Amino acid sequence: MNEFGYSGLLKRRVLVVEDEAINREILGNMLSESYDVSYAENGAQALEMLRESRIRYSLILLDLLMPVMSGEELLGKIKEDELLSGIPVIVMTSEKPAEVKSIKMGADDFITKPYDSPEIILARCERIIQLYEEKSILRSAEKDDLTDLFTHEFFDEYVRQIDSYDENAYDDAIVLNIEHFHMINEMFGRGTGDEILKKVADMLVHKFENGVCIGCRPSADYFYLYVDHRDSYDGVFDGMSEELAKYSHIPKIRLRAGIYQNVDKGISIDERFDHAKLACDRIRGDYTKQISFYSKELNDADLYNERLINDIDDAIANRDLVVFYQPKYGIQSDKPVLRSAEALIRWKHPELGMISPGDFIPLFESNGLIQKLDHYVWAEAASQIRKWKDEFGYTLPVSVNVSRVDIYNPDLEKRLLEILDDNDLTTSELMLEITESAYADDAKGLTDVVNSLRDKGFRIEMDDFGTGYSSLNMITGIPIDVLKIDMKFIRNMNKDEKSLKLVELVMDIARFLNVPAVAEGVEEASQVEKLKEMGCELIQGYYFSKPVPAEEFNRFIVSAKEEKA
Amino acid sequence: MITIESLREYGANVDEGLTRCMNNEAFYLKLVAKVLNDTAFDSLRKAVEAGDKEEAFEAAHRLKGAVGNLALTPISEPVNEMVEQLRNKSDADYMGYLERIEERKKQLEDMI
Repeated sequence: MNEFGYSGLLKRRVLVVEDEAINREILGNMLSESYDVSYAENGAQALEMLRESRIRYSLILLDLLMPVMSGEELLGKIKEDELLSGIPVIVMTSEKPAEVKSIKMGADDFITKPYDSPEIILARCERIIQLYEEKSILRSAEKDDLTDLFTHEFFDEYVRQIDSYDENAYDDAIVLNIEHFHMINEMFGRGTGDEILKKVADMLVHKFENGVCIGCRPSADYFYLYVDHRDSYDGVFDGMSEELAKYSHIPKIRLRAGIYQNVDKGISIDERFDHAKLACDRIRGDYTKQISFYSKELNDADLYNERLINDIDDAIANRDLVVFYQPKYGIQSDKPVLRSAEALIRWKHPELGMISPGDFIPLFESNGLIQKLDHYVWAEAASQIRKWKDEFGYTLPVSVNVSRVDIYNPDLEKRLLEILDDNDLTTSELMLEITESAYADDAKGLTDVVNSLRDKGFRIEMDDFGTGYSSLNMITGIPIDVLKIDMKFIRNMNKDEKSLKLVELVMDIARFLNVPAVAEGVEEASQVEKLKEMGCELIQGYYFSKPVPAEEFNRFIVSAKEEKA
Repeated sequence: MITIESLREYGANVDEGLTRCMNNEAFYLKLVAKVLNDTAFDSLRKAVEAGDKEEAFEAAHRLKGAVGNLALTPISEPVNEMVEQLRNKSDADYMGYLERIEERKKQLEDMI
């Protein structure tokens, strides 16, 4: 960050254009206290430096009489150039007439030779730089008070400058974030949080001491860096998390980085850092990775997700989201008997076609939109149960999914009861499926909710059993009515011994808990036979039917009615 | 060896020169030694010998800046006069100026 005063204590760069070595040295010596100084021996060389360099010069000190290209000629070119004309020029001369002429040509001030005292020269330089900077940026907002890095606004301005000086240069945008920072603030207070932010800024300053780099802190615990491109970031951020942990005495603290390499100069600065941030946030919570790189695929996936998020309301309103039903059959009697169904959501997007639930359910789970989806399914399923009752005089209980976030919504029970009430149904007719992992998460809180629901008469099915992290101890204590074996084990039960043993084990647990077991994902007769032998009560899967629209489901109801009669 | 004292005796405006060098004596003395090797001296001689007033002006002008900044008054005096004459392209005794300049330069060199 030598070129930009990485620390945010911007050490501005001054270009001294002077053919006489002694003068260059004297000026350089004066200026280097306050500025970084570059030198050119003549106008042509200076122009090349100004045009090719990505370095931003804050001031040009220009000797007028030089070989190759005179100062006057250079001054003319600078003032004609859209980009360069924003750099102030102080002319150095010993001739009065030249002073006047150069001021007329656009020079901002002049320094006489032999030079005045350093104080005078420095004061003039400072005044001119300040004057120019105030034109484009509010100088007061240049620095982040806490970390000494640039403010976001100032940072953006500098990135623009870098771009304007050389749009063909390769640059990388980096976003860094401190994992669990809010916890640090909550647990140890703002003071500790601030110390850590300062520490991170300091570490970054040291890491990027060499090479062009600017940095800012756009928000709480995010840091942006704009750096010269490098192919590899191996080891660049090594040790930073450890150092932070040691410094803060918080072992969990971690720094993660998202990097967008070779940024596209055609997109806005915000977008570049959005890309890097996307990569950075992708590895949130993943302690095996410290650095994540942005890619086109990642962006496409993100855009796709964003589209789905945007479209969910329309999908509900236009009924592009359709509830399908998959029957569950009891198999312990001679002939299979239709016992219930599971409601499953399908999305027929008008432009994207059929979207797999695997694409949108985890997405909506991650951002809470799943509640919207769940509520929709509950209402749809309830109204369908009502329809079947009315049309066929047949009561088919339907199970619906209750997501983790629903459980912690205090209105859950009220909402479910309202839906039942709207359709004149009882709590025995709508069954609730909760995944095992939700139980494992917060057993106590969940147990309370489930107990209350059961008291109202709801039946609870534990979904995906076998994939969570339940301890046997916990399982004995939780209130459930049905155990659903995860379909992975059913699929593999004929293929590998381990899955078969697991299915047997789950059967034993179901027996021990005195609840029926449901096998999901059953496709073959041999599986049905085996499950029946093991004492599995209910089966769901392609063996009987894939999930189908309500209309199509009617036939199962019709034949079930006939069987009964 | 050139010292601050010997430069004072030589007639340089040491205080002025030192101020420009941020009162860094070593830096100042280093530049004084360096200016003696400045190619502008040679360029000036060549240009004067060739009668090229434009070249001579450029070289003299460069020298003027350098020795002026170092406040080497004994050299500055003839250089400054010469620059003004050359600027007006007058017919002056440029060889005379040159000799005075070189003589004073030699005095300085002898102090090393």
